Amino acid sequence: MTKPNDSRSQETRGYTIGYVAALVLTGAAFAAVRWPSVGTTATLAIVFALALIQMAVHFRFFLHIGLARSARDDLQLILFSAVIIILMVSGTLVILFNLRHRMM
Amino acid sequence: MSADEVKHPGINLGDTRDLSHRDAEHDLFGFWIFLMSDAIIFALLFATYGVMLVGTAGGPTPADTYKILPAFIETLVLLTSSFTFGMASIAMKHDAGKVRLMRWLAVTLVLGLIFLAMELKDFATMIGDGAYPARSGYLSSFFALVPLHGLHVAAGCLWVVVMMVQVAFFGLDERVKVNLLRLGLFWHFLDIVWIAIFSVVYLQGLIR
Repeated sequence: MTKPNDSRSQETRGYTIGYVAALVLTGAAFAAVRWPSVGTTATLAIVFALALIQMAVHFRFFLHIGLARSARDDLQLILFSAVIIILMVSGTLVILFNLRHRMM
Repeated sequence: MSADEVKHPGINLGDTRDLSHRDAEHDLFGFWIFLMSDAIIFALLFATYGVMLVGTAGGPTPADTYKILPAFIETLVLLTSSFTFGMASIAMKHDAGKVRLMRWLAVTLVLGLIFLAMELKDFATMIGDGAYPARSGYLSSFFALVPLHGLHVAAGCLWVVVMMVQVAFFGLDERVKVNLLRLGLFWHFLDIVWIAIFSVVYLQGLIR
């Protein structure tokens, strides 16, 4: 059993790590757009990749979603929602871009 | 050791309070389901935005409309408010008194209000520059997506006020603690939605 004070400093450290990581990732994404050094497609890919990493950081350090067995339900619900979101968003984009292409 | 397990999203009260920990598992899972369905609403508005992005109808384009500096400052403000809410959660979990909790909640509230004020000023500038919702399909979808997040933040700010009143009047009983845990999930969730907004809406629009 950890003492309350130990877990307090541990939790404070968790939030601080998450905050610093999120600041670095945000700064990197804005810097990539503000001072572009690669092409537009590559910049967009960098921005989206950084966003995905930052979302994972927020889930891990702010929402305490982990791989522990007892937290699996929450993780599974997130993954299920992610599958639904990917299906609906990519489906919408594919169908409507295809429709526009045909209407041109 | 079992009290140290992570039983629900967000900070776990764990061994500091065993009874509320067990109740919290059910209450917070229900709220988590709501948040995930809220995420799907946002995802579909993002899909609408992506489809409408080229539909500028000869009006302002994303590159004309957005400014990188205010978007960056808003991001920092919201991110910091997520961190201060984390500090509030820790104060709630470990402190006997409620002074520090109230202080961190107040800081979070102020940051939330600063974010809202900056966002409203952005919208006012946009509308003043002729980028109003009815101008084009692109702007309609923008004003459906981004202000909906702002509305969530406004609701979150109101909720922080309600929780401060509850803490002041009822003290830190089990019910108030579970409510604060729910608010924590909501607040951190809004920050995750904002990551998607600044990446997909602002940064994508500003890439040259």
